[in-house]
Amino acid sequence: RRIMATVSVCKYYPGGFSFDNCKRNALLEADISKLGFSSPAARKTGTTICGVVYKDGVVLGADTRATEGMIVADKNCSKIHYISPNIYCCGAGTAADTEMTTQIISSNLELHSLSTGRLPRVATANRMLKQMLFRYQGYIGAALVLGGVDCNGPHLYSIYPHGSTDKLPYVTMGSGSLAAMAVFEDRYRPNMEEEEAKRLVRDAIAAGIFNDLGSGSNIDLCVITKGKVDYLRPHDVANKKGVRTGSYRYKHGTTGVLTKTVTPLNLEVVEESVQTMDTS
Amino acid sequence: LAKCTFFISHLTFSDILYCDENVCVCVQTTIMAVEFDGGVVMGADSRTTTGAYIANRVTDKLTPIHERIFCCRSGSAADTQAIADAVTYQLGFHSIELDEAPLVQTAASLFRDMCYRYREELMAGIIVAGWDRRRGGQVYTVPVGGMMTRQPVSVGGSGSSYIYGFVDSNYKPAMSKEECLKFTAEALTLAMERDGSSGGVVRLAVISEQGVERQVILGNQLPKFSTV
Repeated sequence: RRIMATVSVCKYYPGGFSFDNCKRNALLEADISKLGFSSPAARKTGTTICGVVYKDGVVLGADTRATEGMIVADKNCSKIHYISPNIYCCGAGTAADTEMTTQIISSNLELHSLSTGRLPRVATANRMLKQMLFRYQGYIGAALVLGGVDCNGPHLYSIYPHGSTDKLPYVTMGSGSLAAMAVFEDRYRPNMEEEEAKRLVRDAIAAGIFNDLGSGSNIDLCVITKGKVDYLRPHDVANKKGVRTGSYRYKHGTTGVLTKTVTPLNLEVVEESVQTMDTS
Repeated sequence: LAKCTFFISHLTFSDILYCDENVCVCVQTTIMAVEFDGGVVMGADSRTTTGAYIANRVTDKLTPIHERIFCCRSGSAADTQAIADAVTYQLGFHSIELDEAPLVQTAASLFRDMCYRYREELMAGIIVAGWDRRRGGQVYTVPVGGMMTRQPVSVGGSGSSYIYGFVDSNYKPAMSKEECLKFTAEALTLAMERDGSSGGVVRLAVISEQGVERQVILGNQLPKFSTV
């Protein structure tokens, strides 16, 4: 009988994921529309996230808008998540999924790192993320851009919700990914300098913000090099709220009063109950 | 898995993997492998798509499973990556237990076991090829559904439909390594030309007793066929 030796203390999941709740949700969704209600919309980060490998490391970028359907739920949310001191991860898709997935892997990776006594590698984080997402067969809606610098140099991965990954020098994800990729395909060069790489990522996210309805607000950047991480939040406030040039307040007496009638409402006390406050 | 009944009619079932409410993750491909005396030549295009967007235009679909055993992946990117990782682990473990290089047939059997056992959940068409000391160069194909069979030449993926005629008429047994490389490159070029879901660059790998040689043929260096 083969025993798999694992170094991390991740919980062992016997028998795979139970999809019973997914079947129930599908039935509920079908019934709800008949009753005239709509099922609650998950908060999605309709998003532009991207990353680029440059001479000394990796630059990750993200916009800061989180949407619930057509409403902006958070104008300044943070989409670049901490995984380990040398690895950060941008997340697009369902906000809760990206948040929790990155936190789980960050926690497991810290335990793994303490166990091995080494700084964690980006490939390890990639493996852990892809194996978890594949186990959940795409029901965890997390599309991630994972980047970092380890003993083997800078690395950048894109991870899709179903668990496939691509290792590339530049990647974009999210609803604004096509706009951002257009900028990358035009101006990416291998071994760029830091300032050029930051400008490129900033312009790619800006393309997403201004051309995609699901992305907006500010641009966050994260520059990871060997031994140093610059978390620039916000790097660029691309959309400042406008200043109102006039006031709509009116003075008392602006509208003339023609008649005034006072009608007292006679209310009688039906029931009186006293609830003592706990002041101990 | 096959939930997209509303999907576009021109795509066959083998191309459709599953549908989200918005995005259909279909990974179409052209992959190919040919045996020659002393080894195998494997080739693949480099396009991965999500719907109509090319997610990766320089994909490497020739995945190393062991030192002299590779596999060509077609179908769902997530499924084939997960299967390849699992088989790589199992084969590595087996090879250490044996204390010698594993057989290509063993690798193909591991793929077949996984693809057949989980055939309802998976969408993976895989060609396993490599060299071992017992039987030399071998190509095994494990298409969707989990069958496994050895073939001297095998093509797979959505683009393969367009080149069955070319392959059947141009394959000759006992070709040399250079002839096999030319044959593979031409077949893949023809498929990429006609199949919208295959494209990018042609990646080739030659596996023999000496080891693995990898090549990339860029778009402008591909063999040219018609000037129309």
